[in-house]
Parts: sequence; C-alpha cells; structure tokens
Amino acid sequence: MFRKPLLRVHSTMSNYPTALTEEKIKTTCPYCGVGCGVIAQANKQGQVTIEGDTSHPANSGRLCSKGSALGETVNLSHRLLSPMVNNKKASWDEALAEVANCFVETINNYGADSVAFYVSGQLLTEDYYVANKLMKGFIGSANIDTNSRLCMSSAVAGHKRAFGSDAVGPCYEDLESAEAIIVTGSNIAWCHPVLYQRIEAARENNDCQLYIIDPRQTHSCDTADVHLPIRPGTDAVLFNGLLCYLEQHACIDHEYINAHTQGFDAALTLAKQTAPSIEFVAKACDVSVEKVEQFYQLFSNTEKVVTLFSMGINQSSSGVDKVNAIINAHLAAGKIGKPGTGPFSITGQPNAMGGREVGGLASTLAAHMDFEQSECVARFWNSDKIAIKPGLKAVDLFNDIKSGKVKAVWVMATNPAVSIPDSNSVNEALKQCDFVVVSDCIRKTDTTRYADVLLPAAAWGEKSGTVTNSERRISRQRSFLSTAGEARPDWWIISEVAKRMGFGDEFQYQHVADVFREHAALSGFENAGNRDFDISLLQELDNEDYDALKPIQWPVNQENPEGTRRILTNGHFYTKDNKARFIPIEPRTPGANTSDTFPLVLNTGRVRDHWHTMTRTGESQRLSRHSLEPFAQCHPATAKQFAIKDKQLIRINSEYGSVVVRAELTDRQRQDEIFIPLHWNDQFSANARVDAVVNPFVDPISGQPEYKHTPVKVEPVKHEWFGFILSRHEYQFDELAYWTKLIEKDNWRIEFSDKEIKDINWFKKRIQNGHDYDWIEYVDEYNQTARYLWQYENEIQGCIFTATDYASLPAREWLSEQFSTTTLQDNKWQILAGLSSSGGVDTGSVVCSCFGVGENTIKDYICENAKADVNQIGKALNAGTNCGSCRPEIKSLIENRQHS
Amino acid sequence: MPEAPQKLIIIGNGMAAIRLLEELIEKQSPFDITVFGSEPHAGYNRILLSPLLSGEQTLNDVVTHPIDWYDQHGITLHTSKTVTDISASEKRVRDIDGDIYHFDKLVIATGSQAFLPPIPGNDLNGVYTYRTINDVEQMLSSCQQSKQAVVIGGGLLGLEVAYGLHKQGMNVTVLHRHTVLMERQLDETASEHLTAMLANTGLSIKTDVNIKKILGDEKVESVLLEDGSSIPAELVVFAVGIRPEISLAKKSDIDCAAGIIVNDQMQTSCQDIFAIGECCQHNDKTYGLVAPLYEQAAVCATVLNNETASYTGSVNATGLKVTGVNLFSAGQFCEDDSCQIIKLVDSANSIYRKLVIKHNRIVGILLYGDITDSRWYLELLETKQDITAISQTLQFGKQYCVDVQETVAACA
Repeated sequence: MFRKPLLRVHSTMSNYPTALTEEKIKTTCPYCGVGCGVIAQANKQGQVTIEGDTSHPANSGRLCSKGSALGETVNLSHRLLSPMVNNKKASWDEALAEVANCFVETINNYGADSVAFYVSGQLLTEDYYVANKLMKGFIGSANIDTNSRLCMSSAVAGHKRAFGSDAVGPCYEDLESAEAIIVTGSNIAWCHPVLYQRIEAARENNDCQLYIIDPRQTHSCDTADVHLPIRPGTDAVLFNGLLCYLEQHACIDHEYINAHTQGFDAALTLAKQTAPSIEFVAKACDVSVEKVEQFYQLFSNTEKVVTLFSMGINQSSSGVDKVNAIINAHLAAGKIGKPGTGPFSITGQPNAMGGREVGGLASTLAAHMDFEQSECVARFWNSDKIAIKPGLKAVDLFNDIKSGKVKAVWVMATNPAVSIPDSNSVNEALKQCDFVVVSDCIRKTDTTRYADVLLPAAAWGEKSGTVTNSERRISRQRSFLSTAGEARPDWWIISEVAKRMGFGDEFQYQHVADVFREHAALSGFENAGNRDFDISLLQELDNEDYDALKPIQWPVNQENPEGTRRILTNGHFYTKDNKARFIPIEPRTPGANTSDTFPLVLNTGRVRDHWHTMTRTGESQRLSRHSLEPFAQCHPATAKQFAIKDKQLIRINSEYGSVVVRAELTDRQRQDEIFIPLHWNDQFSANARVDAVVNPFVDPISGQPEYKHTPVKVEPVKHEWFGFILSRHEYQFDELAYWTKLIEKDNWRIEFSDKEIKDINWFKKRIQNGHDYDWIEYVDEYNQTARYLWQYENEIQGCIFTATDYASLPAREWLSEQFSTTTLQDNKWQILAGLSSSGGVDTGSVVCSCFGVGENTIKDYICENAKADVNQIGKALNAGTNCGSCRPEIKSLIENRQHS
Repeated sequence: MPEAPQKLIIIGNGMAAIRLLEELIEKQSPFDITVFGSEPHAGYNRILLSPLLSGEQTLNDVVTHPIDWYDQHGITLHTSKTVTDISASEKRVRDIDGDIYHFDKLVIATGSQAFLPPIPGNDLNGVYTYRTINDVEQMLSSCQQSKQAVVIGGGLLGLEVAYGLHKQGMNVTVLHRHTVLMERQLDETASEHLTAMLANTGLSIKTDVNIKKILGDEKVESVLLEDGSSIPAELVVFAVGIRPEISLAKKSDIDCAAGIIVNDQMQTSCQDIFAIGECCQHNDKTYGLVAPLYEQAAVCATVLNNETASYTGSVNATGLKVTGVNLFSAGQFCEDDSCQIIKLVDSANSIYRKLVIKHNRIVGILLYGDITDSRWYLELLETKQDITAISQTLQFGKQYCVDVQETVAACA
C-alpha cells in the first residue's frame, strides 16, 4: 500500500538546545522573586539537569517544583528562532532597520510620546537598563512601562511615600529570626515556595507564629497557626484597626516615632475614624472578633514581627494605601529596621527588583531617581533629550494604543494580550496598532500574533546578566546553552536598534558587563548617600570579576563593600528630612462593587506549578500535571445557588468579558467569591484568559490594576458532549466550543467539550493532514461514547475518547503511558478500553511534581496507614521529599482524612 | 423374567441422531435402539465436510462414529435404509424393503435437504448440491478434470464449498443474490471485510446477481446471469439454503408446518413420536446450525429417560470454516431504535466487532477478524444477562469485565 511519508515519524516532544559547556554552571532561577541559585548542567545532547545551589544564600540548595523542572523547559519546539517581518523570515539587519525606521518615522511625525516600550520583570537588569536608557534618555519619552506595574507598583509607591525611596528593608534571614510572621495577600506556599520552606524549617526550631490573612484558605494556611479569611479589599480597615489597637494598648514606640517619623497623629486620627473598634473591624472584614483580636495581640505583644505582603495587597485600586497601612503599623510599633522585623514586600518576578532599580517603570527615571533628577541622569547619559515627566503606565498605555495616541509599541519578554485587565480590549488595541514589535523567546503567544516584527530573544540558559531578588540580592544569570537559532540577548537587540536610530555613540556595548558597569556607575553618580540604591563599587568589576560575581545585596559601595544585609536600620530614610512618613489611610472599597447583575467577586492568582502565561511551564509535563485544566474555585453553597456541579464547565462573565472553565467546588473559598488562575490563555485553552473578565480599575497612585476584585456572574455551560485527545503531535482544535491543552511525557493532551457531537470524520479531516494514518473506530450507542485511535506503522499516534457523560470518560494516566511504548501489541484495539485488562489505576492529579505522585496514591496510603504524617508519606512514596512544594497539600490530605 | 426393554427407533443418522445416542448412552438409558440412515456411512460429522472438500481433513477424520461404535453400545444401525412409512397408531415403521419394525418411542431426525431452485439447466451433469459425503466425493472426482467452478449462494455453506473447491485448484466464482454475503449472519461492513479477504485468497465474488439459466448440453458449460453476462463453468454447486425433510412425517399425518412441529419436550403431535434437528420446528423456528440441534437432542434424551426437561429455543451462533477467516455470528441484528450498537472497526487489521444491545442485554454478536470472547458473549446472550455494569468495557472482552462483575457482585 502506498503511504505518504510522515513528516515526523518519531516523537518530537523534545527538541533539545546545544550545550555551550558541559560543566556545571551556577545561575539563577528565572521564576519568582525569591531568586534561588541553580546549578545547571547540559550534556552533549542538550539535555539539562538542574540542582539547587547550596552556596546561594537565597535558597541554600532548595528548589521548588518549578525550579526543579527547569530542564524540561529549555527545549526548542516552540521557540522563535529567527527575526520575522510581517510573518516572513527576515535577516537581523532587515528586522532591526524596520524597527528603527518605523520608530524614527513615528517620532518624527507624531512626537516622542507616540511610541512606547512595554517590558518585563523577566528581562535581566542589563537588558532593562538599555531599554530604559533608549526610551527615557534618547527617544525622550518616559513611555516605557513594565509588567512589574501589574505586580509591584503599589509596593513601590507605598515605599516611596513612606521611606522616600523604593526601599525594601528586610532580608530573608528576618523570616527565620521573626517570632511572628504575618502573611497577607500571598499564597507563599505556592508562589514563593522556597521562602515558605525556609520559614517552615525555621518554625520547626522556634515558636514563630504564622498568621495568614487571605480571603482564600490557600495551601499556605495548611501549616499556619491562624487563618483570617477577610472579605476581599478590607485589608486597610484591618491594619488601621491594628494602629488603633497599638495605641490603645500602649504599644506605640514613641521614641522611634519622634526621632524618625512624621505624620503619626494624622494617621492615627484617620485610623480611629475608619476602624473605631475591633467589633467594627471584624464586621467590615467579615471575620470573628476573636480572630481579629488574636491578630492584634500577636502583633502587639511580639517583639519581632515581619509582615510579608504580595499581590493580594498590591493588586488593588487602593493598593498603595494598603501598603502604607501595613507600614504605618510597623513604624508605629518600631518594628522596622531590626532583625526579624519589618514590612516585607515579596516580588513575583525574577527581576522585578532589577527593573525597579534601573527605572523600568514609567513613573521613575533611573537608578531610583525620579524626574526631578533628570538633569543628573542627562549629564551621566550625555543626553539632551531626557524625559522630564512620567510616561504612560501599563493600563493607560494600552488605552492610548487603542485610541491611536500611541502608534508604535515594542513589547519585550512579556505577554500583555493575556496579562492586562480587560484583555479583550488590549487585544483590540494591539490589533489596530500601526506598528507592533515583539521580542520574545516563544514563537506563538497571544501577543506575538499581533506583531509586525518579531525579534528572537535569547532564553534563560542562553543569556547572561544579573537579576535582583526580593531581598535586594543581585545574582548572576549565566549562560550554559548556545543561543538557539538566530536569537540574541535583549540588550544587544535594543542597542542595535538604538544605533540605527542614530544614537550609536551611547550604545556601544561590547559585552553585557559593559552595561552592568554603566548601571553601577549611574547608581553612584552624584549620590552622596541620598539615594538608597548604590552599587557604585561594582563599576570597578572587569569582565572576569563580573562573570564570577557572587550573590550580593545592595547597597554595595565604599561603606558597604560586602553588600548590605538590611537597610532602613538606623532610622535613616530617603525623604528630604530623612524621616519616614505615616500616611493617613482612608480605606476605600474596590473599584466596582457587586450588584444584582454581577453578584459574585472574582479573585485571580497563581497555581503551584505554572508561571505567568505558561510559555515556559507549559513546556513541562511534570509541571502540567498539577493543575490539568483552567478552573474556577467556588464554595459549594454558592455553586448550589447557581446550579453548578463539581467539574462542570461554567461561564464567568463580568461587564468586560467572559471565560469558560471547569468548576471546582471547595470550602476553601469564601461564599460568593470565585477564584480563577491567571495562567491560561488562547494558546492553551479556548476561552480561559481570565483577564478578559478582570475589570480595568487601577490604583490612582501606582496605576496597578485590581486583579483581585471583579464583580462577576456565573452560569453552567450546557455542553452535551465531552472528550479528550492524546496525541504524539500537537494539534489545535479552535472550532471546539471548549478545549484546553497540556503537555504530558510523550504526548499532548486536549480536554474538550461541545454542544453537539462530532464524528470520526470531523477529526480525521483535521488530523490526517496528508498523512496516511490507520484508524481504529469504536462507537458505543449504548453508552453514547465513541473512541478513536490513529497509528502509523504500528506506532500509536493518538487517540480520542468522547462521551455524553463527562464522568464516564476513563482515567487518562494509563492511556498516556501507552505513548511511551513505540510498538503496539497485536490487540492494540483493546487500548480503546482505556485501561489495562488488569484494571487501570487512576492515580489522580499529581500532587508531588518531582516524583509524579498522584493524589489518589497518597489518599490510598493515608487510608491504609491511619497515623501517617507528611514525613512518613515521604519515606513510603517519596512524595514531598525533593522540593517540598507539595507538603502543605499532603498535610491537608491527611487532615481531610482524619476529619472524615 | 426381566421386563423386555422398550424399543426406541430413530429415523435418521445425522448429527442430531448421533448426539441423541450419546446423550442416551451417557444416561445409561435402557432402550433397545434401532437407527435408520439413508446414507451408506456410519456416523459422520457433517460440519467437517468443508475441510474434507478443501483437503484439510480426510474421510477418517470426518467419520466420527464407525459401525463398531454402534455395536459396542448395542445399537442396531441400518445404513442405506430409508424409512418410508410411520404408523403412529400402531407404533410401527416400515422401511424401503417393506420390513416392519415396532417401536415404543420414535424419534424423527431426518434433517434437511439442500434446496435446488427451479432454474433451467439445474439437472445438467456437473450441477451439484452440497449436503452429504457423496456430494463431496462427486465434486472431488469432478475436480480432477475440471478447472472452472461456479458456486451459487454466498451463505455459510456456499462460501465453505467455494473455499474447498479453490483449495482443490479450481477457479471459483461465487454468485450471491444479496449485496451482503452471509446476510443472515453478517452486516454490510463485515461482508465487505470478508469479500476483500476471500478475494485476496483468490476467489471471485459477485454479489447482487440473479441467475437466469444453467447452460450446457448434458454437461454444464456456463452460468447465464440476468444481466446477460455468462460465466464459464464445468462444475456448478447450488448452496442456496436447506429445507427441512418432512415428507415422511407429513405423509404419516404428523403435524407439520415448515418443519415437524414439536413442543418444549420435542414431542410431535403424536404421542411417543419426537422430532429433533433440522427437520423440526419449535415455536415457529427451524434451525440449520449444530448448536441448537445438540440442545434439542439433550432435551429429547432427558424426556425419553422419563425426566423433565424443556427446550426453549436456541440462538443461531456460527462461525465460518474458511482458513484465515475468524468469524463469529450469533443472534439478531435489528436496526431499529430499540437497539443500540457497540462496534469496533480496525480496518487496517481487518477487525470488526459488533454487539447489539436491546433492553440492557446482548441480542446480537458479530465478530470478524478477532473473535476473542465469542463464547463469553454467547453465554451472556443466552443467559440474558443485564450488561449495564460492564457495558463500558464489554466490547474489550471478558478480562476487562470480570473485575467489574465481581465488584458489582460484592456490592450487591
């Protein structure tokens, strides 16, 4: 029989990069702001092994599930490997000239503010520095904003209001020496797992109380002493109440206040008006009086208290106020600047801090200088066009793109089509924008689809530079892989465009260290101790020193040559009078309140094993197994009210847009509130881009969007037909009403459903694609199920299982394993049974990513070993013994068992 | 003096009769048994005629019960002796020689006759039906001189005989009136698979054709079709069905319809006269397959032995004895809304499996290419088991369902 040749006969699940060296290379993890040291080693085949760097002070060798799986994310299958202009491959020269010409032309015709850069906390400091310098120093606009606007800008603004500078005082060791840690607005167990592990390890040996404030009972609560599930958006009332409590219980550090602060009385007065009693606070926050009092007592009576805060505080239309409400309490009690104390902002991205340092936000200039210091920066940069006023913040930027005020935008290392609120409108904006440039590692993202020019950027493992973590620690990211295809480091790309725009003299960098030295020099330039960010000593590093640079915390200057563990220690702040400011806080309700039409509150956030828009973690089968599909968590009572069943598809609508995801009923969620993860987008699911729903309200000071509070309504989606596809090659079935895609060990998996049944021919048409596959068809009218399998020369290529009853679909695990054997047995049609003849075991969704241990496996063990604890389960099943990220989940499985 | 044993006469020495004898022997039944067979052979397995024709088995393999066996068990066998009359009232039969035999009990097991349709030329030399060892022997000798064979009828027997003749080196064309081969056992899809497979082995299959005439002078020369085309033939075999052999019963005033009418105890309208096998009709159904006749023989033996037993009808289950063809078919293939089909099609491997479900029970089984668990399905069909609990994995075989069945049992 004549067969058309198969394009790719064997699995192309892995498409490895080329090793630059086979030595072990110390580098830094590219995920969250903890900034863990990683040792990476690539072999000849380009396979990468990862271990934690025991010498790195941030993690001492620990890694979380995401960091551990970095080796799976360096494959090249989805990489952007050459420049493209109008979707056609182009040379670097052509692409760079196109970008430079378009920007120059737009600036000439419409002025400097008609162009913009939208950059990212994924960029290295050096990349960031060059981008910021080009826009603010030479194009002459401050229209460069970063996705840190979406996660950190409220903290930045709060710090600046209180301290006169974006100063994060504490260090990670303070979490280990604290006697109480208040975590508010952070699912630290999942979002900063290694910090969480450090806390947990320390708590095994001290009496540190862990107090979680969060509307959701996240897995961070599993090991906490108390969980305070406040009504969303009421944090400022709670912390204003704390300020009052401190005053009422004589816990105010008057000495500190008098010596080092201003504005206490005004702040206290407003706090008393807005949070007059514990009863008032409890009612406003919808929690018990006892729990509020317990929190206030803990804070007041404990000497060493750290309040760790993150997106739950920042992502609010009153985020800056919330930050200052927290800082107020710490200033008032003098719990700041000493070991084991302080308000501690934990950043979400690997280099959010680095971006803040170079001035990557539209609201800052450079090196922690603002626009009133533009002359200083202009002198240093030798620029006559420096920006003198703030530029457009992210949400405004995309509004102005939509309205046509901004005509050319260059997006670097981020995915705004997914991540900005009211993202349908952002997609519209990008679609109609005259000129869109995207520098990225990945070929197909929701954002790259709008690009006129695509520039291939070097990825983690290929690029070299520095990042700064949440405790001001600068660490090197080092390359150990050759740059893939024609990819180039971002600093090089930006410099080359700058040269072509006529700014060649100021962008003559030969080496990434050249950029770093200049950045270090600027931090010390005309800095007589009035700016906190100072790494001037590092401008002396030669290329070798730079390459060998060990993790170090800024400031690094003549006074602190070994770096600085803590800042703000001596009551010295960076305001004009060097005193900290109390900010009077009047708590505000969120941008929009619930209504009869939109009666529920949508909250968004991360899952444990995915990161941002999944461009990296979506490549990892290990990481894709923890949360298989986009979902909406909902309290059972709320679900009942809206006729929603567990695992059913539901549509969540706001005034702005909708998503369709699977309902997950859990009493960890407050009633009348919905939680949907932020990661899924149009590349991974039909309609799960949650920021299409999120309202575009922002904080008036920071411009940070209110991701944590959108009024929504919810309704069941009535689909009649359900199924899944496992396939060796990647397919996309956009016509299906619902689909979501994930990677598994040797196959892709699509879960889908639709209003009406589609038969084998529908799939054949889309899958054959010129190939001569053999199909096996199983149709069961009795159960209303159908199953298909296609193969090529006895190798299973894929299978499709469909049913009118979702619950009747078989477990996917066993089927997925069948893709690891290349040759099918004689009775391959029996694969369509969906389980082995000896009975398939459904191990459930994966709890432990490192060892692939499923929820059902752990439950079974607990069932048989009634007294099992987390360590015992680790010994028996390995679960939780590597990165430890899943230990809270294991603990809650044990507790659930004991309660049942 | 001990009471003389009762006399049992069996008319017919085919497979039903032999099975009845075996059952009686098993029960150590005290009858004095006399068997009349019109063929010259002792007991043989008619099913094995196909392998005999194809040369895959020998006459020795086919004759399962030689004369000695009858002697050993004290059974009187009259071969080549046809019974011509039955007197129910006098409890006597008369054979072709005019000899008279008295019976206490009589079993009619005259089987069936191959149907020879009234087509002009059906009496020419070289035209055969396919029923007996004699038919096979004549065909085999005809094969020695001839090359071209036409088999009329693409049912079970037609295909087996075609395959046999093909194995004997003949060019065989099968002509079938329906579009679907073995239309009683197969559906369109299975028929397509089978046609392709048989064509692959070298048979020429023509479906949806009607025969007009057999042409030839004394000896057959060709078969003329309604559409005017003709197919050269030195040998023509009719395999278009069987008719129950009821002429003896009819003339003896035993109630007959298409077959001899029997009740659940295999009794005819006359007391002490029974009928089993292809000649009988139970609940308006006649059977042409071996399994039902075995079941009838068992019931009949039990009743003769003065025990109680009831025959409640059989499921037509069959395979096709063509080497390389795995085929199993049982039950019915209704296509109305009350039935649900569970089917599996693996065309590349010529596997087609279909189960027909009605009211939560299997009512039809069609397995082609892979007949794994055919017997188990048949058991589920015959025992009318509710398959609700195992329906999800039913098609994949017993080993996929045992756990479920056990679990269901344990939970019940």
